[in-house]
Amino acid sequence: MTQILIAIAVLGGMGLLLALILGAAAKVFAVQTDPRLEELTACLPGANCGGCGYPGCAGYAQAVLSGTAEIGKCASGGDAAAQQMGKIMGVEVGKVEQRVALVRCSGYHGVDESGKILGAKQKGFYEGLQDCLSATKVAGRGPLICKFGCLGFGDCTKVCKYGAISIVDGVAKVDPAVCVGCMRCAAACPRSLIVPMKVGDEVSIACASKAKGAVTIRGCSAGCIGCGKCVKVCPTGALTVDQNLALIDYNKCTSCGKCIDVCPQKLIVGARREAVEAAAE
Amino acid sequence: MIGEIVGILLAGLLTENFILVKFYGICPFMGVSKKMDTALGMGMAVTFVMGIASAACWAVNALLLVPLELEYMQTVAFILVIASIVQVVEMFLKKSVPALYQALGVYLPLITTNCAVLGVALVNVQEGYGFFFSVLNGVAGGAGFTLAIVLFSSIRERMEEGDCPKSFRGFPIALMAAGLLALAFMGFSGLKIG
Repeated sequence: MTQILIAIAVLGGMGLLLALILGAAAKVFAVQTDPRLEELTACLPGANCGGCGYPGCAGYAQAVLSGTAEIGKCASGGDAAAQQMGKIMGVEVGKVEQRVALVRCSGYHGVDESGKILGAKQKGFYEGLQDCLSATKVAGRGPLICKFGCLGFGDCTKVCKYGAISIVDGVAKVDPAVCVGCMRCAAACPRSLIVPMKVGDEVSIACASKAKGAVTIRGCSAGCIGCGKCVKVCPTGALTVDQNLALIDYNKCTSCGKCIDVCPQKLIVGARREAVEAAAE
Repeated sequence: MIGEIVGILLAGLLTENFILVKFYGICPFMGVSKKMDTALGMGMAVTFVMGIASAACWAVNALLLVPLELEYMQTVAFILVIASIVQVVEMFLKKSVPALYQALGVYLPLITTNCAVLGVALVNVQEGYGFFFSVLNGVAGGAGFTLAIVLFSSIRERMEEGDCPKSFRGFPIALMAAGLLALAFMGFSGLKIG
């Protein structure tokens, strides 16, 4: 028993003594860091998402301080963080638009009452590695007929640090209330389906199929066939069809939502569509 | 006496080289050997820490552990001492030589758990060295580490220029070069003084 006590006392005493020495050394060798660094770091959300391209929030703060990085690269902190950082660094910062990720695919996997397949159709069973990148590497580029659609293995959900993106009915879906726009998911998507969208832009095209209309519709009941109905109905001329795919010019779009109502494939999404769907339920 | 001193120096530098013969402390050896400047800095830091750690561990062992019959606590006590020393060295470098501190990066805290430093302290006890020989062995071991890492870093610097097959580029070829260097050091094993 005394042996144990002696051992504890000796090691504890040594630890204490060394801790005191370390504490003294920390005072003696204290390094003056720029106080702005800490303030800048405090402005950032601290999620270390890497969306700015720097290793973590502290890395970005350091880069801003040394002048190698611009202010306003933090998608998560958005405008508020940028303005605060500008104030600390004493520079004017333009307004930073808040972004969210948008998945350009509506090809859900569904079946209606009569057993007819809705949304994206599979051309066969894929039994390989269950991730999108592997699926795109096999012959035939994955299980979907559509060469552009979401494969739904969730590579994007694995990289999201905020849990903002999930697979719903076989298609990735972003929760705009949670998404901060770091766009890690976009980098992870082997089909480059995910694009940034400014918050406030109500209307967006949830399809990326550039195949001809007939080809698209063979693989998916919710793909853009380039019919041009949205182009005709748009009062401001914001919509065009390019390579069989509708495209919105957000400089002209007023978010009136007329295209949402007219789209036969129901792939133009926006707050209005969600309201209509909620009412239907 | 002179013979013993030369013997310890020779063993630390060549025949019993910590890295290339005993294979201790490989992680900083692979990690910090990309550039010769940082390799030299790391070697200096390790030599310094090894020397001081040998002295401190000898003192702890001879004055505390042996009289109290706590030899079985050697490893734990030595780790405690070494970790504290490394922390102090880190603070010192951060204050005085920030460039070296930046260059060493994560490997400086890694000396804390570096088996070469702990190894030298334990070897000292095993061999029953006194204070002077303990410190000498520590410094000789550190010098051997420096020699090995500087040699290796210069090899790696030249390999950067070489036209290496793509699949071997970077770490794989570095590991092979380290193996060949260790083989070359085997040639010293017959060397003996006195």
